[in-house]
Amino acid sequence: MTRQTKIVPSLREAIRQSCLRDGMTISFHHHLREGDRVLQTVLTECSVLGLKDLTVNASALMGCHRSILDFVRDGTVSGIECNFMHAQVGQEISRGALEREVVFRSHGGRPAAMVRGESHIDVAFIAASAADAAGNCNGKQGNAAFGSIGYAMPDAEHAQYVVVVTDQLFEYPLLDASISEESVDAVVVIDSIGDPERIMSGTTRVTRDPIGLLIAEQAAKAISASGLLRDGFSFQTGAGGTSLAVAQYLGEIMREQGIVGRFASGGITGLLVDLLREGLFETLLDVQCFDREAVLSIGGDARHGEISATRYASPAAKSSVVDRLDVVILGATEIDTDFNVNVHTDSNGVIMGGSGGHSDTAAGAKLSIIVAPLMRARLPLIVDRVGTISTPGEDIDLLVTQYGLACNPRRSELSSRLERAGLPVVSIHDLKAKAESITGIPARVIHRGRPVARVVSRDGMLLDTIAMIED
Amino acid sequence: MNSKQMKRARAGTLESGDVLVTIEPADSLEIKLHSPVINQFGDAIMRSVREVIDSFGVTSGTISLEDQGALDCTIRARLATAIRRSFEDEEGA
Repeated sequence: MTRQTKIVPSLREAIRQSCLRDGMTISFHHHLREGDRVLQTVLTECSVLGLKDLTVNASALMGCHRSILDFVRDGTVSGIECNFMHAQVGQEISRGALEREVVFRSHGGRPAAMVRGESHIDVAFIAASAADAAGNCNGKQGNAAFGSIGYAMPDAEHAQYVVVVTDQLFEYPLLDASISEESVDAVVVIDSIGDPERIMSGTTRVTRDPIGLLIAEQAAKAISASGLLRDGFSFQTGAGGTSLAVAQYLGEIMREQGIVGRFASGGITGLLVDLLREGLFETLLDVQCFDREAVLSIGGDARHGEISATRYASPAAKSSVVDRLDVVILGATEIDTDFNVNVHTDSNGVIMGGSGGHSDTAAGAKLSIIVAPLMRARLPLIVDRVGTISTPGEDIDLLVTQYGLACNPRRSELSSRLERAGLPVVSIHDLKAKAESITGIPARVIHRGRPVARVVSRDGMLLDTIAMIED
Repeated sequence: MNSKQMKRARAGTLESGDVLVTIEPADSLEIKLHSPVINQFGDAIMRSVREVIDSFGVTSGTISLEDQGALDCTIRARLATAIRRSFEDEEGA
């Protein structure tokens, strides 16, 4: 019996063999972050082949992906779906670069939409730093190692055709494969999947800004006072400087009180790896590595586990990690007096981000905390109505600023716990008035241009639309 | 007051939360404002600028504000300092 090899000599040939046609959807993951070369390389080949009207479904579009706009202009791409969009792409989209509306989902909503049949992937291009000839692959080995490949796992499972793109071929069988050969159709070796320096962007650092540190300290005290901080505690925080500082202060409290957490999840940083090594957390559940320390740890520490986007956050999964979270620390560009949070658009309504796992973890965690300064330069954080609803207010429990903590009125029990612990609890309306006494009351900016994007909730419902900006 | 000879003067920085004010002699009065919060606070900033200018009796000159999201008190203070500097004698400066 002859066995057909999956190795295809070029990306162009792999695209041909995939039977990709005009109007179809191709997918990408963003674990190579600002170092990724795969998205641009694939789109270049699609353009050369004369393909038109493709939809790009990417877990995130980073600044390094701004060349996607060139492929929009030449007609190769006419649709974009993603969970996060860097401002360098977002600014153009907000000015109407794309005729069709961008579809924003969350990290859990993206795989859920695939399961429900709302999102169909024709061809998935999965960048892997290590792969064998049958398509077993991971992001943990190889020169361009990026760690967890979690966001690409649902693509491997659901896409009609799966192409693994690597720059380092290992002998069959690649052990510790994160994506298995059973779902892979083709393997292509290219010169470089990405720039390792930009993939592993050093160490993410705790903020040194005194306001950020003050906010973080108050947030850690609030967690301690919430009653959730006990042995078996589970926790998630982002890679922002203030969020990292919360983890650091929380570590101090856990050390002092002899508390051991069960797991920390989500995007993993060196700081969480340190807490794991110290024994303050027993396990890490990693859907994305944010820095070099995390990449090295996931490759060598059995307590540092890799999870798929589905297991991380999908509401269509039979269970997921976010539903077992005690506490999540999140950011916000704006929050309104109903606790709705915006992480999609800036104060002028221009796209500069996206939910990522924001709405998933906020919905799942017992206590979801927003940490943010009450104003950024002259712009107040708290508004009457957020420009874009990224996460509904019903899923947000607590806002921590340098001028006090505001509890969602739905959480009166939490409010009394925090007050008993001596924390400065105030109403969100008072915090808003405090900021405006310093900054002045901002004029409301209302955009009435055509919709350029829609924000879809993790359950597949329309949360909000984003309007075009006319200069 | 405007009868005094104005000269080029600056006050402030381009740090976040600050404003850089530049004054240049000119025959007529012109105010140039660049601000990341022009949509939210553009009118408020212009009102403050006019108030400060009037209080000094300035009726001519090109006044440029490179705002970085400064608070109102900062804008007024930087502008007042720039105006004072523009009136200072060369020797006394």
